[in-house]
Amino acid sequence: MNAMNWPAIYPELLLLVMACAIAVVDLFVADAERRITFWLTQATLIAVALMHFVMFDTERSVYAMQGLMVSDSLGHLLACFAAIACAVTVAYAQPYVGPREMLKGEFFTLTLFVLLGVSVMVSANNFLVVYLGLELMSLSLYALTALRRDNAMATEAAMKYFVLGALASGFLLYGLSMMYGATGSLDHQRVFEVIGKGQANQSVLVFGIVFIVAGLAFKFGAAPFHMWVPDVYHGAPTAVTLLIAGAPKLAAFGMAIRLLVEGMLGLAPDWQQMLSVLAVLSLLIGNLAAIAQSNLKRMLAYSAIAQIGFMLLALTAGVVSGNTLSAGNAYSSALFYMIVYVLTTLGSFGLILLLARRGFECEDITDLAGLNQRSPWMAGVMAVFMFSLAGIPPTAGFYAKLSVLQALVTTNLPHHLWLAVFAVLISLVAAYYYLRIVKVMYFDEPAPEGAAPAERPGVHALLAINGGAVLLLGILPGGLMALCTAAIVRALAS
Amino acid sequence: MGLLSVSIWLPILAGTVLLAIGRDENAHAVRWMALVAALASFLVTLPLVSGFDTASAAMQFQEKLPWIDRFKVQYHLGVDGISVWFVLLTAFITVVVVISAWEVITERVHQYMGAFLILSGLMVGVFSALDGLLFYVFFEATLIPMYIIIGMWGGPRRVYAAFKFFLYTLLGSLLMLVALLYLYYKSGGSFSILDWHKLPLPLSAQSLLFFAFFAAFSVKVPMWPVHTWLPDAHVEAPTGGSVVLAAIMLKLGAYGFLRFSLPITPDASREWAWFIIALSLIAVIYIGLVALVQLDMKKLVAYSSIAHMGFVTLGFFIFSELGISGGIVQMISHGFISGAMFLCIGVLYDRVHSREISSYGGVINTMPTFTAFAVFFAMANCGLPGTSGFVGEWMVILGTVKANFWLGLLAATTLVFGAAYTLWMVKRVYFGDVANADVRALADINRREFTMLAMLAAAVLWMGVYPKPFTDVMHASVTQLIRHVGQSKLN
Repeated sequence: MNAMNWPAIYPELLLLVMACAIAVVDLFVADAERRITFWLTQATLIAVALMHFVMFDTERSVYAMQGLMVSDSLGHLLACFAAIACAVTVAYAQPYVGPREMLKGEFFTLTLFVLLGVSVMVSANNFLVVYLGLELMSLSLYALTALRRDNAMATEAAMKYFVLGALASGFLLYGLSMMYGATGSLDHQRVFEVIGKGQANQSVLVFGIVFIVAGLAFKFGAAPFHMWVPDVYHGAPTAVTLLIAGAPKLAAFGMAIRLLVEGMLGLAPDWQQMLSVLAVLSLLIGNLAAIAQSNLKRMLAYSAIAQIGFMLLALTAGVVSGNTLSAGNAYSSALFYMIVYVLTTLGSFGLILLLARRGFECEDITDLAGLNQRSPWMAGVMAVFMFSLAGIPPTAGFYAKLSVLQALVTTNLPHHLWLAVFAVLISLVAAYYYLRIVKVMYFDEPAPEGAAPAERPGVHALLAINGGAVLLLGILPGGLMALCTAAIVRALAS
Repeated sequence: MGLLSVSIWLPILAGTVLLAIGRDENAHAVRWMALVAALASFLVTLPLVSGFDTASAAMQFQEKLPWIDRFKVQYHLGVDGISVWFVLLTAFITVVVVISAWEVITERVHQYMGAFLILSGLMVGVFSALDGLLFYVFFEATLIPMYIIIGMWGGPRRVYAAFKFFLYTLLGSLLMLVALLYLYYKSGGSFSILDWHKLPLPLSAQSLLFFAFFAAFSVKVPMWPVHTWLPDAHVEAPTGGSVVLAAIMLKLGAYGFLRFSLPITPDASREWAWFIIALSLIAVIYIGLVALVQLDMKKLVAYSSIAHMGFVTLGFFIFSELGISGGIVQMISHGFISGAMFLCIGVLYDRVHSREISSYGGVINTMPTFTAFAVFFAMANCGLPGTSGFVGEWMVILGTVKANFWLGLLAATTLVFGAAYTLWMVKRVYFGDVANADVRALADINRREFTMLAMLAAAVLWMGVYPKPFTDVMHASVTQLIRHVGQSKLN
């Protein structure tokens, strides 16, 4: 426990070194040769993803940095997917950022720092380390949002993001300090033990957990702490929106598991109740508000709120009347949901990026009109993403929703059953606005000024692979489900 | 790969290939490829009937592979005497649909053909799935191609109709999904439909499950009062879409009652049979009257479909062999007849571009061959003896009269209403003097149209004159189903 155990954090070290190196290399690279920075970043991200993938298969948790970090399957799985998400983001974004004067070293360095923050969060074993990772990630994201600094909307979004994000961080830190006060430790295992023994002051604990859940909800973008999501998604340059919508969601999930499950499973009845309120509100507000949107990015932002709500439902089904038998099932469903969601979101924003060109942002839903006639492949891929988000088989999104509903129904508690019924009914509302995108692409005539995909064979291929993955996971979801289950079961066992 | 897998995946694969390689420039090649694929998909289903053991009520041609380990979901296929005919019907209708679209669809032909082939494979999947989740996946996935078909090639209000179709049916099936998950939990982690058939359940749980299934299947059938999507979808869909909707998609709902509601919740089914019978009779009588006043031919046939499907559900819920077999025969026969009637409307629409009854009159003077077919199918729709329409209706009425004379009497009014709305339409459209210049300019059907109508006419006649092969195949399975429904599952 007290060893430094460097090998366990090699991926994070690599990230740190490369982020700094790329920042330096970029100083010596002319604008025309920025391709070098791009490929260096991609190589780093892929190497990190591979390292996490190789390290995934550890039966036991290994502690590093004197017990501050933990190397276990869950952390590696999340970090691996986060690295892939960042790599895909950078690949989709590269043609977009160039003409918008964002193709600077900062874009790549900050992206790597975001991933570093994410990796730290998902493998933290200490409250303060969680917080450090969170701040590293958030500050990099604020800066990225404002990267186009003469764009009024982007700077406004960055400001909102920063102010509300700082508030959320404050909430979280305050809650963590309560926990520390009640239990006398910042270490996850120690807190878990103290709560389990019932030695801590219950009212301080509950008070603390309220703040922690509120902070988490901010980071997830769950209602009623969702105000920043539509504005930031809308205002940020689409490339950064894509980044915000990808890896950080996995990080928020990792953080929730590390804090709520590994640290405070003993308080599950309390936080489960709060999460179910958050989930119901997010599903309601997200889905209803999404219907009214005409801006594509805002619609996807509200859809993100709703999707998070759906995922949170699974987290409320972990502990049933004091026993944790269904915990593995519930949390692995949530994990599966999150990964599938991120995979799908990457693709949908990637397509918006592809459709944007110099002086034209593909932002309105009507910009997609008649896409099927201009580019049947891209329309097909987008349709797959939309059906996946709506949860229609045979796409991955269906199994994500299925496993969450299954987690709810198998607790056999009446209120979970009603939550499941509520969730499926609200999915019907959601289906409407996802179908509207399909309608615009397939049934409407193309507008003369509408979007035509740019000639980027590489991005086209990547999008097709992304869509293929969503479809393939819809036909054979077993493998990823098994990975998620293994990760969660091992994390719970330790 | 077993026969059923080939029947499912061959059209899906062919459809995907067409989507991938098709262009507007090679539309003609695409048409031929689609026809070959549809014919091949139909031919591979033939051994299912020829090799069917009519003495056995068990599932045949079974295939079982592990699919999703975490939920113990299996790729489990099989057909019994009830479902085997629908596999054939689906593949057969797809051939007809491909032929019917030949010159009619000129834009994005590959997407049209691809969508229908994929849809065909998915529907075969619904009829042959023996795993609850597999069933659900196929059941839901059929919405996607149909949504695209209505929305892309449909009439002026196609978008509205496509959305209504999708959301209505999705609502029902989502509730069924919760029911499936509940059964999964209750059966100790199994999605196998055959396991669920044996699962004892208290009446309260059965009733909830029954209504969850009812939500999914009644919308699909559709039963009054959740039928309103059907007239819209039918009117706006292109001819092929209407044919598939009427001939097969409606049957998915009725089939669901047989595969899920009756055997899984037998006690609740008996408890709530009065409710289904009441709705069915309303469909038969009230919707029959509604059909009478329609001005649009497609709407008229759509309402006639609802009335006929009311007969099917009525037959199922009187729990006698005559009723259930009659319902199934009626489903198959309605598949042929309603498909044919929509094709006839399509033939007229392609020439005149109107579906209004008032735009026509005296078609017989310019299109004698076509009118012969149209009148024949209209007669079959009213249940003329010697056509397939007679067999099913007669069996259901007989079964109902045995159960309760007054119910039988009400059901039998369909013979009056059905004849009234169908024959009145025939009179106004086909007979009399030539009404206007459009009708005068009509050319009789060509060889392609003759082929597709003749195929259906042959099927209707065969089933009407000699229905024994159909009833023989389903006999053992229906007997077993009735025995099963008769037994209480209340622990």
